[in-house]
Amino acid sequence: MVEEIGRTADGDIIINVGPQHPATHGVLHLVITINGETIKKVEPHLGYIHRSIEKMCESLTYRQFIYVTSRMDYLSSHINNHACALCVEKALQIEVSSRAQVVRILLDELTRIASHELWWGAMAMDLGAFTPFFHAFRERETINDIMEETCGARLTMNYIVPGGIMQDIHPNFQKRIKDFIKLYKSKISEYDELVTGNIIFQNRMKGVGYLSAEDAISFGVTGPAARGSNISCDVRKIYPYEIYDQLEFVEVLETGCDSFARYMVRIREMNQSIRIIEQLVDNIPEGDFQTKTKAVLKLPKGEFYQRVETARGEFGVYIVSEGGTTPYRIKFRSPGFSNLSALDHMARGSKLGDLVAIMGTLDLVIPDIDR
Amino acid sequence: MQEFKKEVSFVEKNKIAIKKKNMFIVNYIKDVFNGVKSLVVGLRRTMYYFSHHKEIITEQYPDNRDTLVLPDRFKGEVILVHDENNEHACTGCTACELACPNATIKIITKFDISPEGKKKKAIDKFVYHLELCTMCNLCIVACPTDAIKMAQTFEHSVYNRAELTKVLNKQGSKIREGVE
Amino acid sequence: MLSFSNISKSIDTWLNATFNSTWTMLFEMVIAGVGVISLFAILGLVLVLMERRVAAWIQIRLGPNRVGPGGMLQSLADTVKLLVKEGMTPDGADKFLFNLAPFIAIIVAMLLMAPIAFAKNFQLWDMNIGVLYVTAISSIMVISILMAGWASNNKYSLMGAMRSGAQIVSYELSAGLSILAIVVLSGSLNLNDIIQSQADGWWIFKGHIPVIIAFIIFIIAVTAETNRAPFDLAEAESELTAGFHTEYSGMKFALFFLAEYINVFIVCAIGATLFLGGWMPFHIGNWESFNHIMDYIPSSMWFFSKTFFLIFLIMWFRWTFPRLRIDQLLNLEWKYLLPISMFNLLLVTAMAILGWHF
Repeated sequence: MVEEIGRTADGDIIINVGPQHPATHGVLHLVITINGETIKKVEPHLGYIHRSIEKMCESLTYRQFIYVTSRMDYLSSHINNHACALCVEKALQIEVSSRAQVVRILLDELTRIASHELWWGAMAMDLGAFTPFFHAFRERETINDIMEETCGARLTMNYIVPGGIMQDIHPNFQKRIKDFIKLYKSKISEYDELVTGNIIFQNRMKGVGYLSAEDAISFGVTGPAARGSNISCDVRKIYPYEIYDQLEFVEVLETGCDSFARYMVRIREMNQSIRIIEQLVDNIPEGDFQTKTKAVLKLPKGEFYQRVETARGEFGVYIVSEGGTTPYRIKFRSPGFSNLSALDHMARGSKLGDLVAIMGTLDLVIPDIDR
Repeated sequence: MQEFKKEVSFVEKNKIAIKKKNMFIVNYIKDVFNGVKSLVVGLRRTMYYFSHHKEIITEQYPDNRDTLVLPDRFKGEVILVHDENNEHACTGCTACELACPNATIKIITKFDISPEGKKKKAIDKFVYHLELCTMCNLCIVACPTDAIKMAQTFEHSVYNRAELTKVLNKQGSKIREGVE
Repeated sequence: MLSFSNISKSIDTWLNATFNSTWTMLFEMVIAGVGVISLFAILGLVLVLMERRVAAWIQIRLGPNRVGPGGMLQSLADTVKLLVKEGMTPDGADKFLFNLAPFIAIIVAMLLMAPIAFAKNFQLWDMNIGVLYVTAISSIMVISILMAGWASNNKYSLMGAMRSGAQIVSYELSAGLSILAIVVLSGSLNLNDIIQSQADGWWIFKGHIPVIIAFIIFIIAVTAETNRAPFDLAEAESELTAGFHTEYSGMKFALFFLAEYINVFIVCAIGATLFLGGWMPFHIGNWESFNHIMDYIPSSMWFFSKTFFLIFLIMWFRWTFPRLRIDQLLNLEWKYLLPISMFNLLLVTAMAILGWHF
């Protein structure tokens, strides 16, 4: 059906968006069929950054495989590591000290804010506003500094080990977080001034990329993208892990089902994360930061699954163990992959410029999709 | 979009339509006014940053090398700690080699003959492949004698890839007394 | 006193004394050509640097600061880089049109320089239909963009060109209508006469709210006409990679780039001339002494400071707002700007007839 000159039989034009394209934020390749400016079909082609992480993990021990997950969704690498550690702990029934739990959650939420900040900047950039990107990086940089000081790296931390955290927190940890909260609270109103309230931005977002609740469920969309369609799917609330069930925070839901609703979910979620951090930052309990575990971890024979809420949605780790030191099979359920599958449905019938905006609200991280 | 419209009930739709008809001109002017106002708010914010240069956050990297302080936990590269007597604490137990996920570390051992004529295991070469290292810190945690640690260097670029394969124990270094 | 008009006059007298009238004419043309080209070069360097600096400060960055003192020579270094780069013509492109398009863009920009009065009595061509000439020539710009987009044999380029065509054609209307407001008030199409009519105050102050509205619409329309953000759909970076000049490289790209900035300068110069009095110093009605003090500031200074103020406005917009979508862009023009400017023109006409302005 597709002729060589890139036209369909109906005379529509086929355009390759990507793998090198400014809007795809990575090596995503979208083959789009357009009629004028109107999109008729979006076909994602994956595999440009496939590193066979799942297969790699089969030859790594249960301590080693955690670091690889940082390279999947690199913007919420800490949360990915957390999921893996939780899964191993669940299998071995290791009790994690409450100090480690609190620090893990603090870093999780900081990661979530950092991820949303970056998304906010990139989202505005997709819509043609370049300034917010740099403003978002100012706040994100502060979080990265906290990470650097405590975990030793800015992006791929690998700070979580089965049984706790790798090192005790840095003495400056709490002070730096409090400084960050102060900075965040003084700057968050600028986000609304620059982008949220802007009439051009609102017109670009409202009523665009409609995803009904039914469709969101059938496509397996999770995370902020689904909560924008009024689906309660926050793993932190539904299947609480660590001490999330003891914390006070609201699962952010929006009823708009459009791009603007997804945008607002993320903006409001940052405030909820700040709320969680505020509850915990002064209440880090004393105690061991790591539970004593055996030098060589051997998981019992069986299958184990653990899900967490990353900045993009539900991230799942599925380990099949044969009883050895390495997993028999590992499967990662990454949120980006299922979120991307809804793109075609959402973008059909909208304009080319909207495709970029819709992709922005899905907050795709390509290594997360390809693994 | 169609499903979106469906959610608004028919009665409501009518009400909105009637209201819209009556208020058309007022709404039109209101739209224009609110739109312009939102733009002005954004312009004011950017003007603030344009005129307040103390908000600039740029770090002029190669220039500020001398004052650049990296946190002491920063994971730059693995080094073998030598003291002033050119002694280190590595016993050659290969715990780090086993802990490494990427086969970054390769320890080549030899047997030293002590003055008493006893054979003692010691490292000949501590080979470290920086090009394979992902700075995951697992080797440092695994080391029983704290012989290795992370250095805060980060400018690792070289012209020849072979330069990234390093031997960490210095020439003529030996194991510190009392480290088992 | 050293001023542009004196210099040009002395050169003219010297040439007339030395050569006969034909040679004088020829020499003057060459001088004017060289002058325009060097002005282009300087403007290109200055405006690119200015844009980068404005963007950097708004984005809490420092901006270029490596080449030369305070990064002043950055754009020169960029030009050298572009000059030595290979200017590739893609396979399957219409080679003639592809190579012609950047030159048309730059020639249009050059033609537009003709009627602009840079200083008192300093103008290349004082024609009596200056305003009409500018609006007519500036619409040729779209041809070079369409040509570039079509000849590139690239779908992104083609879409960028088509968007640009739709955009420029529609925004020309409201730009023209807002210019007409001033033409109605001053009663002349001659740019010099329009400047003279502002001797007792600029139109933006004399003309009450209707002229301010016309000014705002003019700024919006020319931003769209020069394809700058928030109306940069023709080169929408996140959608069409680089729009109509995706396939251009080296000096051919640089010509498009230069033409964009020159066009910004020209439309701002026109805006400054029509609404802010061109080289006319800031005068208030009959305050003779005040007006006299203002006259001490050279007229070229007035012109360039007004123009650069408008350029800054346009840059400020670019680094603040997100981009519109193509249908919203056309909606804005046909549903908002055009009706408003038509109604506004009526008001201005009534005002001019009844003599309500100062």
